[in-house]
Amino acid sequence: MQFSGDVSEISAAGQFVNIRLNGHFLRRPISICDVGEDSFTIIYKVLGHGTEEMTQLPCGTELDILTGLGNGYDLSKAGDRPLLIGGGVGIPPMYLAARKLIGSGKQVTVILGFNGQSDAFYVDEFIALGCDVIATFAKGDLPEIDNVKTVKGFVTDAMPEVDHSYFYCCGPEAMLKAVYKASSTSGQFSFEERMGCGFGACMGCSCRTVTGYKRICKDGPVLEKEELLW
Amino acid sequence: MKDISTELCGIRLDNPVIPASGTFGYGYEFAEIYDINCLGTFSFKGTTGEPRFGNETPRIAECPSGMLNAVGLQNPGVDAVIDEELPKLAKVFNKKVMANVSGFSIDEYVRVCSRLDKAEQVGWLEVNISCPNVHGGGMSFGTDCEAAAEVVKAVKAVTTKPVIIKLSPNVTDIVSIAKACEAAGADAISLINTLMGMRIDLRTGKPILANTTGGYSGPAVFPVALRMVYQVAQAVSVPVVGMGGVSSAEDVLEMMMAGACAVEIGAANLTDPMAAKNIIDALPEAMEKYGINDLHDIIGTAWK
Repeated sequence: MQFSGDVSEISAAGQFVNIRLNGHFLRRPISICDVGEDSFTIIYKVLGHGTEEMTQLPCGTELDILTGLGNGYDLSKAGDRPLLIGGGVGIPPMYLAARKLIGSGKQVTVILGFNGQSDAFYVDEFIALGCDVIATFAKGDLPEIDNVKTVKGFVTDAMPEVDHSYFYCCGPEAMLKAVYKASSTSGQFSFEERMGCGFGACMGCSCRTVTGYKRICKDGPVLEKEELLW
Repeated sequence: MKDISTELCGIRLDNPVIPASGTFGYGYEFAEIYDINCLGTFSFKGTTGEPRFGNETPRIAECPSGMLNAVGLQNPGVDAVIDEELPKLAKVFNKKVMANVSGFSIDEYVRVCSRLDKAEQVGWLEVNISCPNVHGGGMSFGTDCEAAAEVVKAVKAVTTKPVIIKLSPNVTDIVSIAKACEAAGADAISLINTLMGMRIDLRTGKPILANTTGGYSGPAVFPVALRMVYQVAQAVSVPVVGMGGVSSAEDVLEMMMAGACAVEIGAANLTDPMAAKNIIDALPEAMEKYGINDLHDIIGTAWK
C-alpha cells in the first residue's frame, strides 16, 4: 500500500508509521518498506479487523498517520558485507535497509524466510536492487527461483555459509531468538509489541535490556544484539 | 472574549485541560510536537518509592471505543524523578506541574509525598489510591473508606502542597470514599481512574494482557465517569477534577457541568499526540456555541 504526503520525519530504515482507522481506537503500527520524496510504501499482513479493513480502503482515501516513529536501523555499523535477515512480515523493512546499503556501495546478502512457496513475496524486488538473495522455506517442496538460492528450513539454516560483516534482522520473536543464537557477528534486531501510543508516552511496550528499560516504540523497535538479555 | 481559565486549590489554571498521569510521561515526548505550556498543567507519570519495571507485556489491548492497559506503574522511582526527570521537565514546561504518587504501603505514600513536597515546580500532589494494575497496593487503599482516609491523613501530615486524591470507579459507592477522603483532609478529589476489565485472545483462549486484567479507558467510559463526577461533586465541598474518556472540548464542558473545576485528558493523548492542545484550541468555539462566556459559570450546573 502506498501513501503520498509529508515524509520528512522518516529518517531511517526500520522506522514505522502508526495508522488511524475509522472505528478503531488504537492506531495500527506498521513498518516502512520504502520511502520516496513525497511517498512511502508499507506491506502488511491481514491479521485482525483493522488490517482487514485496510484492504477495503479505496484508492485515494485520506488517512491520519503518524510517520517516522522509532529509531530504525543504524546502518553505519554495517561493514562491507552486511547480511539482512527478514522473516514473513519482517521482510518489508529490510527493503529500505537493502536499498540504502546498496546505495552506499555495500555488498548485501538477504535471507528471506517463508513458511511455504505460497507465502513468498518481494523476492524479485530484492534481486532488482542488486542483493544476493537466499530464500528459505520451512514447509513443502523447495521451489526453483531464478537468481535466488533456495534453502529448505529456517533462516538460520542459511546463515552459516554467508560470509558477512554484520547483520540486521526482523521477524517473529522465535526467529529473532534463533538468529541471536546462531549469529557469529554483531547485529541489530527489530521488535514487535502491542503498543498504546507508538511515540513513547504510555509505557505500554517496555522491555528490559542490558542498559535498562526501553520502550519498543521510542527507544526501539531496533535494539542491538549486545543490549538483549537473551 | 471567552474566559477559559479556572482554579484548582488556589492555583490559577489558564485553562481546565490537564493531561492525565500515565498518558503524558514527563512531557518531553509531547514537547517535541508542540509547546506544552499551552496546557492548564499536566499530571506526570505515577511515582513510587523505588524504581519499577511494571508488568510483563502485553500491557495493552484494544476495545470498542477504548483500550485496556496494565502497565503496572513503571517509573524510575522518586529519587530519579526528582534528580533527573524534574530538571528535564522544567526545560519544556514553565508552569506548576501535578505530581502523581502511588504506593504499596502508607509508609511509601508518605515517603514519596514528603520528597515531592520539596520540589518547587510541583503544584499539587495527586495521590493515586486507585491503580487497578498492581497487587497489594494502589486500588486496595481506594476501595475502603478507612484505608483511604488513613492514606490522606498520613500524606497531609508531610506536605503543605494541595493533596488531590485520585479515586477508583471499581467500588460499590464512590461517594462514601470521596467523603471519607474529604473528612480526612483531602484538598481535592480527582476521578475516575480506569475501570477494571479484560480481553481474551480468541486464537489462544487465554487473556491478552500478561496481567490478565487491565484498566479500561477511552470514550467508552465517559458516561460512567461523568455520572460519578456528578455524584461526588454534589457530595463534597472540595474541588473535583473530572476525567474518564474525555476527548473533545464538548466533553470538557460536560464534565464541568457535572461539577468538575478542571478536566484531565487520558487515553485521547495516546491516539492523537495533539489531542490536549486541540481540545484547548476548540474550547472558545464550543463555549460560543452553547452561550458560555466564563467556565466558572458552568461548574455543577447539572445539579445546582
